[in-house]
Amino acid sequence: MNPPHTLQSYTEMRVLRTTNIRAKPADMRLSLVCGSLHGPLHAARDQVARRGTSATELTTAYLRQLHSAETQLQCFLAVDDEYALRQAALIDSRLAQGEDVGPLAGVPIAVKDNLCTQGLQTTAGSRGLHGFVPTYDATAVARLRAAGAVVLGKTNMDEFGMGSSCENSGYQPTFNPWDTKHVPGGSSGGSAAAVAAKQCIAALGSDTGGSIRQPASFCGVVGVKPTYGRVSRNGLVAYASSLDCVGPIAQSVADAAAVLTVIAGSDLADATCSQKPVEDYTAGLLPLDNLSSKPLAFKRLALIQEACGEGVDAGVTAALAGAVRHLQELGAEVEQVSLPSFAAGLPAYYVIALSEASSNLSRYDGVRFGQRGAANELKNMYASSRHSGLGSEVRTLVRREMNMALGRFDALLCPAAPTTAYRVGEKLCDPLSMYKGDLMTVNLNLAGLPAVCLPCGFSGQAAGNALPVGMQLIGRAFGEADLLKLAHIYEQTSGVVTILPSVFIESASAKHD
Amino acid sequence: MTYYSMGMQVVRCCSRAGVPGPCTRQWAVQLRSLAATGACRRASSGTCTPALRNVAAAASAAGVATDGASISSSSSSTSTQPAAKVDYEAVIGIETHVQLSTKTKAFCSCASEFGAEPNSNICPVCLGHPGTLPVLNADVVRKGVLAGLALDATICLSSKFDRKQYFYPDLPKGYQISQYDVPLCEGGWVEVVVPDSGAGTSVRRIGITRAHLEEDAGKLVHGGAASLSGSDYSLVDFNRAGVPLLEIVSEPDLRTGAEAAAYGAEMRRIMRFLGVSDGNMAEGSMRCDVNISVRPRGRAAFGTKVEIKNMNSFNAMQRAIEFEIVRQVDALEGGREGEVVQETRLWDEGRQCTYSMRKKEGLADYRYFPEPDLPELNLTEAYVQELRASMPELPRQLRERLLGLGLSQYDVLVLSDDAEVAAYFDAVLAAGAPAKPAANWVMGDVMAHCKEVRLGWEQLAARMAPAALAEMISLIEDGTISGKIGKDVLPALLAGEGGAGGGSVRALVEARGLVQISDPAALAAIVDGVLAANSKQLQAYREGKTKLQGFFVGAVMKESKGRANPKELNRILMQRLAAPPS
Repeated sequence: MNPPHTLQSYTEMRVLRTTNIRAKPADMRLSLVCGSLHGPLHAARDQVARRGTSATELTTAYLRQLHSAETQLQCFLAVDDEYALRQAALIDSRLAQGEDVGPLAGVPIAVKDNLCTQGLQTTAGSRGLHGFVPTYDATAVARLRAAGAVVLGKTNMDEFGMGSSCENSGYQPTFNPWDTKHVPGGSSGGSAAAVAAKQCIAALGSDTGGSIRQPASFCGVVGVKPTYGRVSRNGLVAYASSLDCVGPIAQSVADAAAVLTVIAGSDLADATCSQKPVEDYTAGLLPLDNLSSKPLAFKRLALIQEACGEGVDAGVTAALAGAVRHLQELGAEVEQVSLPSFAAGLPAYYVIALSEASSNLSRYDGVRFGQRGAANELKNMYASSRHSGLGSEVRTLVRREMNMALGRFDALLCPAAPTTAYRVGEKLCDPLSMYKGDLMTVNLNLAGLPAVCLPCGFSGQAAGNALPVGMQLIGRAFGEADLLKLAHIYEQTSGVVTILPSVFIESASAKHD
Repeated sequence: MTYYSMGMQVVRCCSRAGVPGPCTRQWAVQLRSLAATGACRRASSGTCTPALRNVAAAASAAGVATDGASISSSSSSTSTQPAAKVDYEAVIGIETHVQLSTKTKAFCSCASEFGAEPNSNICPVCLGHPGTLPVLNADVVRKGVLAGLALDATICLSSKFDRKQYFYPDLPKGYQISQYDVPLCEGGWVEVVVPDSGAGTSVRRIGITRAHLEEDAGKLVHGGAASLSGSDYSLVDFNRAGVPLLEIVSEPDLRTGAEAAAYGAEMRRIMRFLGVSDGNMAEGSMRCDVNISVRPRGRAAFGTKVEIKNMNSFNAMQRAIEFEIVRQVDALEGGREGEVVQETRLWDEGRQCTYSMRKKEGLADYRYFPEPDLPELNLTEAYVQELRASMPELPRQLRERLLGLGLSQYDVLVLSDDAEVAAYFDAVLAAGAPAKPAANWVMGDVMAHCKEVRLGWEQLAARMAPAALAEMISLIEDGTISGKIGKDVLPALLAGEGGAGGGSVRALVEARGLVQISDPAALAAIVDGVLAANSKQLQAYREGKTKLQGFFVGAVMKESKGRANPKELNRILMQRLAAPPS
């Protein structure tokens, strides 16, 4: 295992390192793909492409890790080992014939259960879709496969994406790998937890109001919510069609960038998908050694004032403050910006999201999909009222304010969630406070802007129960490349990502010691 | 949503029994028998009493619907003050659903043909499978714009799609993609020719409020009975789900059943002339819903509006309206205003009456909102202009042109009723035939033949070239053959023996020895021969039995094997009959 890369000039920023627990690798093959400069995805696909290891071996290793951690975490709703190994074997045979298999050759990936996978059950976490086996692949999934990725299984989520803790899954809760008494966040909690526990190299999630960023924050992994229309929604079980985005969750910024490069781009099957050409989002990411001492010189960043005050945990505030100091160390100017409409976004979001959801979900009448009798819940959905005008007007206001701020700054930053992962069951009786947790994330969906959420520190270290804190970097529409470059520089120099969740270590140790 | 309250039970019946999840081909949705519900509703609100039927029939026979629908109460028993009779008029608007004849459906690439094996033209998109998205078919827009231009509507260069939410087993997504507040076409008018109570016609201009694009739902096929009520189960055929429709909404400008029927016929004609729809009412590719209320003549406010559905011909629409006018007026006159409520009624063709189906849902019930899966529909002015330039002649323009040729109003209406007939007629004219005889032939023997053997006009043209008919008409016009001979020759032409005209009909006529005898000397010889052979009759004629003239004409015709020029024959015969040869 390679030592984490460091720069002498950043020593003082690495106080977090003291909590760095070194993992005993679960498997030698896994160890091969940990600690690479760019992240395990790059290492894995390079090894497979160079035939240093086979896709089958890699898949086998990850399936073993997946199953060993699964009993404690419950990240997956469907895993089909044979299905995964068949895909891996196909890639190996194509490699053997000298074919170029693609940029994700042999990379084991998990897919959120609201993305259709041909031949593999897709339920969007709902009993209402129990037994539904899609006849087609979602575009994002099809592109992963075409790029050589191996789909391991489907990850747990809050039913139809409605929830922020994975406790609202119709099947099972998922637990946070950092502390299994805590939730992984949601709705892409299964994907985030699976990536954090290294049950897969990367995963697909979807983000309607923060469903990639908040669980990424809770699980200490990198999540990217792309610009609306950057990734096709074809095959994504719709929650709120005008807000839904498909995006990657990975162990590093570079890995997330590699996945995004594959899944992004225009699609004839999605009329709302942008025609803009896709950049190689990994192209601008420099290895640590190539960075100057002030890599963020002349970058203008702004902390969103409204997202930093009341209601944000002290530990989150402290971690974010540390991140700001680090960004300043790297040469960036960090100011504060006020977005008065920030708080108005939340009610507008819920009006729009629930209106669209009531329409999108009306087809799940319990007749054609799943089991009959699920209609009761739909009646409640119908009851959700819609105040015409309110939604779209506030939405315009939010969009305008954010875009104006982004005219002055290269990126905006704020926490991805006001707290770290809360305890399982803690907010079940207080859904309102869970909804309020979406405050940090929903405005971006209303504005359609891209964001990267990446770990920026830990909260609760003193008490001995450190949980990761995620920082959200918000960029201009279709400015994913710049945003990922910024996130990558931060990540490479902060050292936060080398920490591994305890559950992973325990389960790994238990199995292999 | 009304159907929930009717206790509809929907059960899936999958051909792959026991396999969870949807199967893509064979769907069977069973609806719990609604016999009781349906029958009792009909019994309680279906006010089709024989007396009322008679009233309707009487009103219809009296030309009520053709003289401006002035109807006063015809049931004197309920009218307490016959002296103060109120004169009522009906206010009628029509929503026409026109199925656009595109090759594929509106939002997916399934074929949109009619009559295919049930559930053979389906895919995850039109079945509303999870995760699927609609993609707009460009030809739907093209045909919609063409129709809008033909209705003289304003084409909205920027329109959008919306979702109309309602629950019904034939609606896979739980909503219909439609256009709500920004339709593709706004404003417009259509000119209709309404036959009046006499033999004449009047022309009316009916306003068009809007026309918008939307998708059709699937079709329920009821098992065990002809309609939902009484059926044991219902099957869903999703072939029609997602087929493009243009919904054309008229202004409430119509006043009578006859006007409504004429409006429907003209709409159908326009769509067929444009080639945007086959307008086949029996196959459901054109469906009309009628909104109708009555009010005392002169009052500005509308009465309570009732919607009538389920009429599968314009004739049925006319009768349904006439029935409904009488029903509503009768209720108002009889002090039973409560019987006229905002509701949807169905036309019962068998019993010739309307009956209540459901109380009307309010507008808000549909919870319209912008379809987030489809971007705004933006068209350029150039695109619209290009389509405008490509517009074929419309029925109204055709009528004007034909009237300009000196044809009668009746001829014009018959010839312009169908684009194919008009095209054939035009081809006959183009081949040189004069308008009036060409019209007579096309509308007479030729049309009768087509109807008799169920021949389309394009097929007809392949057999009897329009030029062949034109040549035959010219042979009649120049006296080469008589009209009578023409009728005799026609079957040969219909069998293709006239070739492409241009001399081949003349050759045929000559070969068969059918050329008319117009030479006075030759005719005189025949006449003299006939008179000589029938001296008794000649004697009688000259004694005053002038009716025998016809007998002599017939005899001469027979003698000439029908070839005698009738005009010349008459002239010579009269000469001979009048003055005995010296």
